Amino acid sequence: MKTLEFQDVTLTLGRRTVLAGVDLVIDAGEFIGVLGANGAGKTTLMRAALGLLTPSGGRIRVFGEQPRRGNPLIGYVPQHQSLPAGLRLSGFDIIAGVVAGHRLGLPWLSRAGREEVSWALEKVGAADLARRPLGALSGGERQRLLLAQALIGRPRLLLLDEPLISLDPRHQQGMVDLIRALQKELGFTALFSAHEINPLLGAIDRVLYLGGGKAALGPVDAVITPVVLSRLYGTPIEVVHLNNRIFVLAGNTDLEAQPHLHEHHGAPAGHA
Amino acid sequence: MLAYAFMRHAFAASAVVALIAGPVGYFLVLRGQTFAGHALSHVGFTGATGGVLAGISPFFGMVAATLLAGLGMGAFGARLAERDVAIGMVLAFALALGMLFLHFFTAYATAATALLFGNVLAVDTATVWLLLALGLGSIAALAVISRPLLLASLQPELAEAKGVSLRLYAVLFMAIVAIVTAECAEIVGVLLVFTLMVGPAAAASRLTRHVLSGVALAAALALAEAWGGLSLAFYTDWPSSFSITLLSTLVYLAAAALASR
Repeated sequence: MKTLEFQDVTLTLGRRTVLAGVDLVIDAGEFIGVLGANGAGKTTLMRAALGLLTPSGGRIRVFGEQPRRGNPLIGYVPQHQSLPAGLRLSGFDIIAGVVAGHRLGLPWLSRAGREEVSWALEKVGAADLARRPLGALSGGERQRLLLAQALIGRPRLLLLDEPLISLDPRHQQGMVDLIRALQKELGFTALFSAHEINPLLGAIDRVLYLGGGKAALGPVDAVITPVVLSRLYGTPIEVVHLNNRIFVLAGNTDLEAQPHLHEHHGAPAGHA
Repeated sequence: MLAYAFMRHAFAASAVVALIAGPVGYFLVLRGQTFAGHALSHVGFTGATGGVLAGISPFFGMVAATLLAGLGMGAFGARLAERDVAIGMVLAFALALGMLFLHFFTAYATAATALLFGNVLAVDTATVWLLLALGLGSIAALAVISRPLLLASLQPELAEAKGVSLRLYAVLFMAIVAIVTAECAEIVGVLLVFTLMVGPAAAASRLTRHVLSGVALAAALALAEAWGGLSLAFYTDWPSSFSITLLSTLVYLAAAALASR
Protein backbone atom coordinates (compact mmCIF):
# COMPACT_ATOMS: atom_id res chain seq x y z
CA MET A 1 0.00 0.00 0.00
CA LYS A 2 1.47 3.30 -1.10
CA THR A 3 1.00 6.16 1.33
CA LEU A 4 2.72 8.91 -0.57
CA GLU A 5 3.76 8.94 -4.18
CA PHE A 6 5.57 11.62 -6.21
CA GLN A 7 5.88 11.18 -9.97
CA ASP A 8 8.24 13.57 -11.72
CA VAL A 9 7.12 16.33 -9.35
CA THR A 10 8.38 19.89 -9.68
CA LEU A 11 7.66 22.35 -6.91
CA THR A 12 8.21 26.08 -7.27
CA LEU A 13 7.91 28.97 -4.85
CA GLY A 14 7.52 32.20 -6.76
CA ARG A 15 10.21 31.95 -9.40
CA ARG A 16 12.44 29.60 -7.45
CA THR A 17 12.34 25.93 -8.34
CA VAL A 18 12.68 24.11 -5.04
CA LEU A 19 12.41 20.54 -6.29
CA ALA A 20 12.57 19.39 -9.90
CA GLY A 21 11.50 16.02 -11.33
CA VAL A 22 11.27 14.21 -8.01
CA ASP A 23 10.10 10.58 -7.96
CA LEU A 24 9.45 8.78 -4.74
CA VAL A 25 7.19 6.16 -3.19
CA ILE A 26 6.65 5.85 0.53
CA ASP A 27 4.86 2.74 1.78
CA ALA A 28 2.41 2.42 4.63
CA GLY A 29 4.01 2.16 8.05
CA GLU A 30 7.38 3.58 7.09
CA PHE A 31 9.26 6.02 9.29
CA ILE A 32 11.10 8.37 6.94
CA GLY A 33 13.71 10.91 8.00
CA VAL A 34 13.59 13.95 5.70
CA LEU A 35 16.96 15.65 5.56
CA GLY A 36 18.60 18.45 3.67
CA ALA A 37 20.05 21.88 4.19
CA ASN A 38 17.97 24.90 4.96
CA GLY A 39 15.88 25.78 1.90
CA ALA A 40 16.32 22.34 0.34
CA GLY A 41 12.55 21.89 0.22
CA LYS A 42 11.60 19.86 3.31
CA THR A 43 8.71 22.15 4.27
CA THR A 44 7.73 22.69 0.64
CA LEU A 45 7.47 18.94 0.08
CA MET A 46 5.20 18.58 3.10
CA ARG A 47 3.06 21.53 2.05
CA ALA A 48 2.62 19.93 -1.35
CA ALA A 49 1.47 16.67 0.26
CA LEU A 50 -1.02 18.70 2.32
CA GLY A 51 -2.46 20.28 -0.79
CA LEU A 52 -1.23 23.75 0.17
CA LEU A 53 1.01 23.98 -2.88
CA THR A 54 0.09 22.73 -6.32
CA PRO A 55 3.03 21.16 -8.13
CA SER A 56 4.07 23.01 -11.27
CA GLY A 57 4.77 19.64 -12.86
CA GLY A 58 4.20 15.94 -12.29
CA ARG A 59 1.68 14.41 -9.96
CA ILE A 60 1.37 13.67 -6.27
CA ARG A 61 -0.79 10.96 -4.75
CA VAL A 62 -1.63 10.68 -1.06
CA PHE A 63 -3.32 7.37 -0.26
CA GLY A 64 -3.88 7.07 -3.99
CA GLU A 65 -5.68 10.41 -4.28
CA GLN A 66 -4.84 13.93 -5.23
CA PRO A 67 -3.65 16.01 -2.25
CA ARG A 68 -6.39 18.14 -0.73
CA ARG A 69 -6.48 20.59 2.13
CA GLY A 70 -8.10 19.31 5.28
CA ASN A 71 -7.45 15.65 4.51
CA PRO A 72 -8.29 13.96 7.84
CA LEU A 73 -5.87 11.13 7.07
CA ILE A 74 -2.91 13.49 7.55
CA GLY A 75 -1.64 14.84 10.86
CA TYR A 76 0.69 17.83 10.71
CA VAL A 77 3.08 19.55 13.08
CA PRO A 78 4.21 22.76 11.35
CA GLN A 79 7.64 24.17 11.98
CA HIS A 80 8.21 27.08 14.33
CA GLN A 81 4.87 28.06 15.77
CA SER A 82 4.80 31.33 17.64
CA LEU A 83 1.99 32.38 19.93
CA PRO A 84 1.01 35.89 21.03
CA ALA A 85 3.01 37.12 24.02
CA GLY A 86 1.25 37.15 27.37
CA LEU A 87 -1.19 34.48 26.27
CA ARG A 88 -2.23 32.29 29.18
CA LEU A 89 -4.39 29.80 27.31
CA SER A 90 -3.94 26.24 28.46
CA GLY A 91 -2.26 23.73 26.19
CA PHE A 92 -5.49 21.75 26.17
CA ASP A 93 -7.49 24.68 24.78
CA ILE A 94 -4.94 25.34 22.08
CA ILE A 95 -4.54 21.82 20.80
CA ALA A 96 -8.28 21.13 21.09
CA GLY A 97 -8.77 23.90 18.51
CA VAL A 98 -7.96 21.38 15.82
CA VAL A 99 -11.01 19.24 16.57
CA ALA A 100 -13.42 20.06 13.72
CA GLY A 101 -11.46 23.31 13.53
CA HIS A 102 -12.57 24.05 9.98
CA ARG A 103 -16.28 23.88 10.83
CA LEU A 104 -18.34 26.95 11.62
CA GLY A 105 -19.74 27.34 15.09
CA LEU A 106 -18.76 27.92 18.69
CA PRO A 107 -15.60 26.24 19.96
CA TRP A 108 -17.54 23.84 22.18
CA LEU A 109 -16.04 20.37 22.35
CA SER A 110 -18.36 17.41 22.14
CA ARG A 111 -17.81 14.61 24.62
CA ALA A 112 -16.27 12.53 21.82
CA GLY A 113 -13.99 15.46 20.92
CA ARG A 114 -12.86 15.86 24.52
CA GLU A 115 -12.18 12.16 24.81
CA GLU A 116 -10.17 12.20 21.59
CA VAL A 117 -7.98 15.05 22.88
CA SER A 118 -7.49 13.24 26.19
CA TRP A 119 -6.56 10.04 24.36
CA ALA A 120 -3.94 11.88 22.31
CA LEU A 121 -2.52 13.59 25.40
CA GLU A 122 -2.36 10.25 27.16
CA LYS A 123 -0.45 8.76 24.23
CA VAL A 124 2.36 11.31 24.52
CA GLY A 125 2.21 11.35 28.33
CA ALA A 126 1.18 14.99 28.49
CA ALA A 127 -2.18 14.90 30.26
CA ASP A 128 -0.83 16.98 33.15
CA LEU A 129 1.13 19.37 30.96
CA ALA A 130 -2.00 20.33 29.04
CA ARG A 131 -3.52 22.05 32.06
CA ARG A 132 -0.71 24.60 32.17
CA PRO A 133 -0.46 27.66 29.91
CA LEU A 134 1.35 26.68 26.73
CA GLY A 135 3.62 29.70 27.10
CA ALA A 136 4.88 28.38 30.43
CA LEU A 137 6.13 25.07 28.99
CA SER A 138 9.64 24.19 27.93
CA GLY A 139 10.43 23.55 24.28
CA GLY A 140 10.31 19.78 24.73
CA GLU A 141 7.01 19.85 26.62
CA ARG A 142 5.50 22.08 23.99
CA GLN A 143 6.59 19.79 21.17
CA ARG A 144 4.98 16.87 22.97
CA LEU A 145 1.67 18.73 23.12
CA LEU A 146 1.88 19.63 19.44
CA LEU A 147 2.62 15.99 18.66
CA ALA A 148 -0.49 15.03 20.62
CA GLN A 149 -2.43 17.54 18.56
CA ALA A 150 -1.25 15.86 15.36
CA LEU A 151 -2.51 12.51 16.66
CA ILE A 152 -6.05 13.83 17.15
CA GLY A 153 -8.37 12.18 14.63
CA ARG A 154 -5.98 9.18 14.30
CA PRO A 155 -4.32 10.12 11.01
CA ARG A 156 -2.57 7.49 8.90
CA LEU A 157 0.23 9.83 7.82
CA LEU A 158 2.11 12.20 10.11
CA LEU A 159 4.10 15.10 8.69
CA LEU A 160 6.47 16.41 11.34
CA ASP A 161 8.35 19.50 10.27
CA GLU A 162 11.55 19.94 12.27
CA PRO A 163 10.11 18.83 15.61
CA LEU A 164 13.60 18.74 17.11
CA ILE A 165 14.39 22.39 16.54
CA SER A 166 15.50 24.24 19.68
CA LEU A 167 15.59 21.04 21.75
CA ASP A 168 18.72 19.96 23.57
CA PRO A 169 20.25 16.58 22.58
CA ARG A 170 18.62 14.65 25.43
CA HIS A 171 15.14 15.95 24.57
CA GLN A 172 15.83 15.39 20.88
CA GLN A 173 16.45 11.71 21.53
CA GLY A 174 13.38 11.49 23.75
CA MET A 175 11.22 13.00 21.04
CA VAL A 176 12.52 10.64 18.35
CA ASP A 177 12.04 7.62 20.61
CA LEU A 178 8.50 8.72 21.51
CA ILE A 179 7.49 9.16 17.89
CA ARG A 180 9.05 5.84 16.92
CA ALA A 181 7.21 4.06 19.73
CA LEU A 182 3.90 5.66 18.78
CA GLN A 183 4.45 4.83 15.16
CA LYS A 184 5.08 1.17 16.02
CA GLU A 185 1.99 1.07 18.23
CA LEU A 186 -0.46 3.00 16.03
CA GLY A 187 0.96 1.95 12.69
CA PHE A 188 0.93 5.32 10.95
CA THR A 189 3.44 6.43 8.33
CA ALA A 190 5.71 9.29 9.40
CA LEU A 191 7.76 11.89 7.55
CA PHE A 192 10.07 13.51 10.06
CA SER A 193 12.25 16.37 8.90
CA ALA A 194 15.44 17.32 10.68
CA HIS A 195 18.60 19.18 9.85
CA GLU A 196 20.81 16.50 11.34
CA ILE A 197 20.73 12.75 10.79
CA ASN A 198 22.26 11.59 14.07
CA PRO A 199 19.25 11.85 16.42
CA LEU A 200 17.29 9.80 13.87
CA LEU A 201 19.82 7.00 13.40
CA GLY A 202 18.43 3.66 14.49
CA ALA A 203 14.85 4.97 14.48
CA ILE A 204 14.12 5.65 10.84
CA ASP A 205 13.42 3.03 8.19
CA ARG A 206 14.67 5.11 5.28
CA VAL A 207 16.02 8.57 4.66
CA LEU A 208 14.80 11.10 2.11
CA TYR A 209 17.64 13.47 1.38
CA LEU A 210 16.87 16.72 -0.44
CA GLY A 211 19.50 18.91 -2.06
CA GLY A 212 20.12 20.85 -5.23
CA GLY A 213 16.45 20.52 -6.24
CA LYS A 214 16.73 16.73 -6.26
CA ALA A 215 15.81 13.96 -3.86
CA ALA A 216 17.38 10.64 -2.88
CA LEU A 217 15.35 8.05 -0.97
CA GLY A 218 16.72 4.87 0.55
CA PRO A 219 18.35 3.24 3.58
CA VAL A 220 20.73 5.51 5.47
CA ASP A 221 23.78 3.53 4.36
CA ALA A 222 22.78 3.81 0.71
CA VAL A 223 21.87 7.51 0.68
CA ILE A 224 24.25 9.20 3.06
CA THR A 225 27.31 8.38 1.01
CA PRO A 226 29.87 10.62 -0.71
CA VAL A 227 28.62 9.52 -4.14
CA VAL A 228 24.91 10.20 -3.63
CA LEU A 229 25.33 13.44 -1.66
CA SER A 230 27.98 14.80 -4.04
CA ARG A 231 25.54 14.23 -6.87
CA LEU A 232 22.72 16.00 -4.96
CA TYR A 233 24.78 19.00 -3.99
CA GLY A 234 26.83 19.14 -7.16
CA THR A 235 29.98 19.58 -5.13
CA PRO A 236 32.34 17.06 -3.48
CA ILE A 237 30.89 15.84 -0.18
CA GLU A 238 32.61 13.71 2.40
CA VAL A 239 30.84 11.43 4.85
CA VAL A 240 32.62 10.57 8.06
CA HIS A 241 31.46 7.85 10.45
CA LEU A 242 32.59 8.34 14.03
CA ASN A 243 31.31 6.51 17.14
CA ASN A 244 28.10 5.49 15.40
CA ARG A 245 27.51 9.04 14.34
CA ILE A 246 27.61 10.43 10.82
CA PHE A 247 29.07 13.74 9.75
CA VAL A 248 28.46 15.20 6.32
CA LEU A 249 31.19 17.56 5.20
CA ALA A 250 31.69 19.77 2.18
CA GLY A 251 35.31 20.84 2.03
CA ASN A 252 35.97 21.77 5.66
CA THR A 253 32.40 22.66 6.58
CA ASP A 254 30.06 20.38 8.46
CA LEU A 255 26.94 20.78 6.34
CA GLU A 256 24.54 19.66 8.98
CA ALA A 257 25.94 21.50 11.96
CA GLN A 258 24.40 24.89 11.27
CA PRO A 259 21.26 24.85 13.37
CA HIS A 260 21.25 28.65 13.68
CA LEU A 261 20.46 28.86 9.99
CA HIS A 262 17.20 27.06 10.58
CA GLU A 263 15.54 29.53 12.85
CA HIS A 264 13.14 31.59 10.79
CA HIS A 265 11.87 34.30 13.04
CA GLY A 266 8.69 35.70 11.61
CA ALA A 267 9.47 34.24 8.23
CA PRO A 268 6.58 34.39 5.76
CA ALA A 269 4.66 31.26 4.93
CA GLY A 270 6.79 30.60 1.88
CA HIS A 271 9.84 29.18 3.58
CA ALA A 272 11.12 25.96 2.15
CA MET B 1 -29.17 58.60 38.96
CA LEU B 2 -31.41 56.30 36.92
CA ALA B 3 -34.20 58.83 37.36
CA TYR B 4 -32.73 60.69 34.41
CA ALA B 5 -33.62 59.43 30.94
CA PHE B 6 -30.18 60.31 29.57
CA MET B 7 -28.53 58.17 32.25
CA ARG B 8 -30.82 55.23 31.47
CA HIS B 9 -29.94 55.57 27.80
CA ALA B 10 -26.27 55.80 28.64
CA PHE B 11 -26.43 52.65 30.79
CA ALA B 12 -28.32 50.75 28.12
CA ALA B 13 -26.04 51.85 25.28
CA SER B 14 -22.84 51.15 27.17
CA ALA B 15 -24.14 47.72 28.25
CA VAL B 16 -24.85 46.77 24.64
CA VAL B 17 -21.46 47.99 23.45
CA ALA B 18 -19.48 46.55 26.37
CA LEU B 19 -20.99 43.08 26.04
CA ILE B 20 -19.97 43.00 22.37
CA ALA B 21 -16.64 44.79 22.63
CA GLY B 22 -15.38 42.34 25.27
CA PRO B 23 -15.66 39.14 23.20
CA VAL B 24 -14.58 40.79 19.94
CA GLY B 25 -11.66 42.38 21.75
CA TYR B 26 -10.67 38.99 23.16
CA PHE B 27 -10.14 37.65 19.65
CA LEU B 28 -8.39 40.88 18.64
CA VAL B 29 -5.91 40.35 21.48
CA LEU B 30 -5.49 36.64 20.56
CA ARG B 31 -4.67 37.66 17.01
CA GLY B 32 -2.27 40.39 18.08
CA GLN B 33 -4.18 42.97 16.04
CA THR B 34 -5.02 45.48 18.72
CA PHE B 35 -3.17 48.28 17.01
CA ALA B 36 -5.13 47.62 13.83
CA GLY B 37 -8.30 48.05 15.88
CA HIS B 38 -7.02 51.37 17.17
CA ALA B 39 -6.28 52.53 13.62
CA LEU B 40 -9.79 51.56 12.51
CA SER B 41 -11.27 53.94 15.02
CA HIS B 42 -9.29 56.82 13.53
CA VAL B 43 -10.60 55.94 10.12
CA GLY B 44 -13.99 56.07 11.80
CA PHE B 45 -13.36 59.69 12.71
CA THR B 46 -12.78 60.50 9.05
CA GLY B 47 -15.96 58.64 8.18
CA ALA B 48 -17.98 60.49 10.81
CA THR B 49 -16.80 63.95 9.80
CA GLY B 50 -17.07 63.03 6.13
CA GLY B 51 -20.59 61.78 6.80
CA VAL B 52 -21.59 65.08 8.35
CA LEU B 53 -20.07 66.93 5.42
CA ALA B 54 -22.00 64.71 2.99
CA GLY B 55 -25.19 65.27 4.93
CA ILE B 56 -25.63 61.79 6.44
CA SER B 57 -25.46 60.86 10.09
CA PRO B 58 -21.94 60.75 11.55
CA PHE B 59 -22.59 57.28 12.95
CA PHE B 60 -23.37 55.83 9.52
CA GLY B 61 -20.37 57.62 8.06
CA MET B 62 -18.28 56.05 10.77
CA VAL B 63 -19.66 52.55 10.24
CA ALA B 64 -19.14 52.83 6.48
CA ALA B 65 -15.55 54.03 6.80
CA THR B 66 -14.47 51.49 9.42
CA LEU B 67 -16.15 48.67 7.54
CA LEU B 68 -14.37 49.60 4.34
CA ALA B 69 -11.02 49.97 6.08
CA GLY B 70 -11.57 46.75 8.04
CA LEU B 71 -12.31 44.79 4.90
CA GLY B 72 -9.19 46.27 3.29
CA MET B 73 -7.02 45.34 6.26
CA GLY B 74 -8.41 41.81 6.27
CA ALA B 75 -7.95 41.38 2.53
CA PHE B 76 -4.35 42.55 2.56
CA GLY B 77 -3.73 39.89 5.11
CA ALA B 78 -2.11 39.53 8.46
CA ARG B 79 1.15 40.84 7.14
CA LEU B 80 -0.25 44.30 6.56
CA ALA B 81 -2.14 44.29 9.83
CA GLU B 82 1.12 43.68 11.65
CA ARG B 83 3.00 46.50 10.05
CA ASP B 84 3.04 49.10 12.76
CA VAL B 85 4.48 51.87 10.63
CA ALA B 86 1.97 51.40 7.80
CA ILE B 87 -0.91 51.34 10.26
CA GLY B 88 0.46 54.35 12.08
CA MET B 89 0.60 56.31 8.84
CA VAL B 90 -2.97 55.34 7.91
CA LEU B 91 -4.05 56.34 11.39
CA ALA B 92 -2.38 59.75 11.22
CA PHE B 93 -3.64 60.48 7.73
CA ALA B 94 -7.19 59.42 8.61
CA LEU B 95 -7.20 61.73 11.59
CA ALA B 96 -5.81 64.60 9.51
CA LEU B 97 -8.42 64.01 6.82
CA GLY B 98 -11.12 64.04 9.47
CA MET B 99 -9.77 67.36 10.69
CA LEU B 100 -9.96 68.72 7.15
CA PHE B 101 -13.60 67.66 6.84
CA LEU B 102 -14.29 69.27 10.18
CA HIS B 103 -12.66 72.44 8.90
CA PHE B 104 -14.93 72.46 5.84
CA PHE B 105 -18.18 72.10 7.67
CA THR B 106 -16.90 74.83 9.99
CA ALA B 107 -18.43 73.15 12.98
CA TYR B 108 -17.71 74.04 16.50
CA ALA B 109 -15.21 72.30 18.66
CA THR B 110 -17.93 70.44 20.57
CA ALA B 111 -18.77 68.32 17.52
CA ALA B 112 -15.16 67.29 17.20
CA THR B 113 -14.82 66.64 20.90
CA ALA B 114 -17.92 64.45 20.88
CA LEU B 115 -16.47 62.35 18.07
CA LEU B 116 -12.99 62.13 19.53
CA PHE B 117 -13.92 61.50 23.13
CA GLY B 118 -17.48 60.22 22.88
CA ASN B 119 -20.68 61.61 24.27
CA VAL B 120 -22.54 58.74 25.82
CA LEU B 121 -24.80 61.05 27.80
CA ALA B 122 -26.30 62.38 24.55
CA VAL B 123 -27.37 58.94 23.26
CA ASP B 124 -31.11 58.78 22.48
CA THR B 125 -33.50 55.83 22.33
CA ALA B 126 -33.19 55.39 18.60
CA THR B 127 -29.40 55.14 18.88
CA VAL B 128 -29.69 52.51 21.61
CA TRP B 129 -31.82 50.36 19.33
CA LEU B 130 -29.42 50.89 16.46
CA LEU B 131 -26.47 49.91 18.64
CA LEU B 132 -28.39 46.83 19.78
CA ALA B 133 -29.25 45.73 16.26
CA LEU B 134 -25.70 46.16 14.95
CA GLY B 135 -24.30 44.61 18.10
CA LEU B 136 -26.49 41.52 17.90
CA GLY B 137 -25.52 41.10 14.26
CA SER B 138 -21.82 41.36 15.09
CA ILE B 139 -21.91 38.97 18.02
CA ALA B 140 -23.94 36.45 16.03
CA ALA B 141 -21.42 36.63 13.19
CA LEU B 142 -18.55 36.19 15.65
CA ALA B 143 -20.26 33.17 17.21
CA VAL B 144 -20.72 31.55 13.82
CA ILE B 145 -17.08 31.93 12.77
CA SER B 146 -15.50 31.55 16.22
CA ARG B 147 -14.20 28.00 15.90
CA PRO B 148 -12.29 28.34 12.62
CA LEU B 149 -11.28 31.88 13.60
CA LEU B 150 -9.73 30.53 16.79
CA LEU B 151 -7.67 27.94 14.93
CA ALA B 152 -6.65 30.46 12.26
CA SER B 153 -5.59 32.92 14.98
CA LEU B 154 -3.61 30.56 17.17
CA GLN B 155 -2.06 28.18 14.63
CA PRO B 156 -2.31 29.66 11.14
CA GLU B 157 -0.09 27.07 9.41
CA LEU B 158 -2.09 24.21 10.86
CA ALA B 159 -5.39 25.95 10.12
CA GLU B 160 -4.42 26.29 6.47
CA ALA B 161 -3.55 22.60 6.27
CA LYS B 162 -6.93 21.77 7.80
CA GLY B 163 -8.68 23.67 5.03
CA VAL B 164 -9.36 26.94 6.87
CA SER B 165 -9.00 29.96 4.59
CA LEU B 166 -6.88 32.43 6.56
CA ARG B 167 -7.82 35.33 4.33
CA LEU B 168 -11.57 34.68 4.48
CA TYR B 169 -11.60 34.68 8.26
CA ALA B 170 -9.27 37.67 8.44
CA VAL B 171 -11.69 39.66 6.28
CA LEU B 172 -14.81 38.51 8.14
CA PHE B 173 -13.24 39.21 11.49
CA MET B 174 -12.01 42.67 10.54
CA ALA B 175 -15.51 43.51 9.29
CA ILE B 176 -16.89 42.58 12.70
CA VAL B 177 -14.15 44.59 14.42
CA ALA B 178 -14.98 47.57 12.23
CA ILE B 179 -18.62 47.63 13.28
CA VAL B 180 -17.80 47.13 16.93
CA THR B 181 -15.18 49.89 16.71
CA ALA B 182 -17.83 52.30 15.46
CA GLU B 183 -20.10 51.19 18.32
CA CYS B 184 -17.38 51.76 20.91
CA ALA B 185 -16.62 55.17 19.45
CA GLU B 186 -20.23 56.13 20.13
CA ILE B 187 -19.62 55.51 23.85
CA VAL B 188 -16.02 56.55 24.54
CA GLY B 189 -15.02 58.31 21.30
CA VAL B 190 -12.61 57.29 18.58
CA LEU B 191 -9.49 58.08 20.59
CA LEU B 192 -10.49 55.82 23.47
CA VAL B 193 -11.84 52.75 21.66
CA PHE B 194 -8.97 50.78 23.23
CA THR B 195 -10.64 51.36 26.57
CA LEU B 196 -13.60 49.10 25.89
CA MET B 197 -12.31 46.83 23.17
CA VAL B 198 -8.77 46.02 24.24
CA GLY B 199 -8.47 46.85 27.95
CA PRO B 200 -10.98 44.32 29.32
CA ALA B 201 -10.02 41.67 26.76
CA ALA B 202 -6.31 41.97 27.48
CA ALA B 203 -6.98 41.73 31.22
CA ALA B 204 -9.21 38.70 30.68
CA SER B 205 -6.68 36.92 28.50
CA ARG B 206 -4.10 37.28 31.25
CA LEU B 207 -6.38 35.92 33.94
CA THR B 208 -7.95 32.91 32.21
CA ARG B 209 -6.67 29.71 30.70
CA HIS B 210 -9.70 28.83 28.64
CA VAL B 211 -11.22 30.48 25.62
CA LEU B 212 -14.81 30.52 26.81
CA SER B 213 -14.00 31.79 30.29
CA GLY B 214 -11.76 34.42 28.67
CA VAL B 215 -14.56 35.63 26.42
CA ALA B 216 -17.03 35.69 29.30
CA LEU B 217 -14.63 37.55 31.58
CA ALA B 218 -13.81 40.08 28.87
CA ALA B 219 -17.51 40.85 28.44
CA ALA B 220 -18.08 41.04 32.19
CA LEU B 221 -15.09 43.34 32.75
CA ALA B 222 -16.12 45.60 29.89
CA LEU B 223 -19.62 45.88 31.32
CA ALA B 224 -18.36 46.52 34.85
CA GLU B 225 -15.94 49.18 33.63
CA ALA B 226 -18.56 50.90 31.47
CA TRP B 227 -21.22 50.99 34.18
CA GLY B 228 -18.72 51.73 36.93
CA GLY B 229 -17.30 54.55 34.83
CA LEU B 230 -20.75 56.01 34.17
CA SER B 231 -21.60 55.96 37.86
CA LEU B 232 -18.27 57.47 38.74
CA ALA B 233 -18.84 60.21 36.18
CA PHE B 234 -22.31 60.90 37.55
CA TYR B 235 -21.12 61.41 41.10
CA THR B 236 -17.82 63.15 40.41
CA ASP B 237 -18.83 65.15 37.36
CA TRP B 238 -15.75 63.88 35.52
CA PRO B 239 -16.21 63.16 31.80
CA SER B 240 -17.66 59.65 31.42
CA SER B 241 -15.03 58.60 28.88
CA PHE B 242 -12.34 59.48 31.36
CA SER B 243 -13.98 57.50 34.16
CA ILE B 244 -14.43 54.42 31.98
CA THR B 245 -10.86 54.63 30.73
CA LEU B 246 -9.59 55.08 34.28
CA LEU B 247 -11.31 51.88 35.39
CA SER B 248 -10.16 50.01 32.26
CA THR B 249 -6.56 51.01 32.93
CA LEU B 250 -6.71 50.07 36.60
CA VAL B 251 -8.27 46.69 35.84
CA TYR B 252 -5.63 45.98 33.20
CA LEU B 253 -2.79 46.90 35.56
CA ALA B 254 -4.27 44.74 38.30
CA ALA B 255 -4.64 41.81 35.91
CA ALA B 256 -1.07 42.19 34.67
CA ALA B 257 0.18 42.27 38.27
CA LEU B 258 -1.89 39.21 39.18
CA ALA B 259 -0.78 37.25 36.12
CA SER B 260 2.92 37.96 36.63
CA ARG B 261 2.92 36.67 40.19
